[in-house]
Amino acid sequence: MSTVTSDKSKLYYPKMPATWWLTRRAYFLFMLRELSSVFIAIFLVVFLIEIYQLSRGPAAYAAFVQRLASPGWIIFHVVALLFALYHSFTWFSLTSKVQVVRVGRRQVPPPLVTAANLAVWIVLSIVILLVFLFAQRPA
Amino acid sequence: MTTHKTSEPFWWGLFSAGGVVAAFLVPIHLLLHGIAIPLGWLPADVTGYEHMRVLFGHPLIKIYLFVLIALPLYHWAHRFRFTLYDLGLKGLRTPIAILCYGGAVVGTLATVWILWLV
Repeated sequence: MSTVTSDKSKLYYPKMPATWWLTRRAYFLFMLRELSSVFIAIFLVVFLIEIYQLSRGPAAYAAFVQRLASPGWIIFHVVALLFALYHSFTWFSLTSKVQVVRVGRRQVPPPLVTAANLAVWIVLSIVILLVFLFAQRPA
Repeated sequence: MTTHKTSEPFWWGLFSAGGVVAAFLVPIHLLLHGIAIPLGWLPADVTGYEHMRVLFGHPLIKIYLFVLIALPLYHWAHRFRFTLYDLGLKGLRTPIAILCYGGAVVGTLATVWILWLV
């Protein structure tokens, strides 16, 4: 049997443009979801720096909170919050599609799993808020 | 087809855990620390240095803060790594992976150190 050689230089490899995600709404929303992780990470780093200022004393902490009140930082955090909410909602509906939840032999319908996740998220947020407002309160 | 062992599942696991933490916990903390506190929406005795230092000094709160801050960094690292590949930077796969996961590891160490200081 004769060997078949393929001349690789004759094969066409189409190049994907780096802007492929701008061509369709679904791709664009996908990229937005990926971008959400960047905003969340930046917020967490800023929060970590705030905790560091807390360790440095009242003056350092107050000065940092003052900086966070500037229009630029407030706008950043509002945008970050919108991205974080987008991450949360897409995460809940994705995990309900990806993770099959069974009760006995029957599968829980995905929209119900999403709703349950949303409910847990709301309850957790309220608990965190209450702990923050009322724990270790000075007498 | 060749298969080889990779650490991919390990990083994916951290990505997944970070995604859960980010999804459930980050929005309320963003609202609190990024918007409500700087804009003075909450009582001063709650947001003032005294209460914050006591609250964040509590060991259980520190553990919670570690989980809140460190895990989503791995979520970012994994997502950002593949986003860069999707934007065409596949040729730099090794430096990108090192920068992304390395960044998350550095962030984790910084979190441990700063929480230790409070």
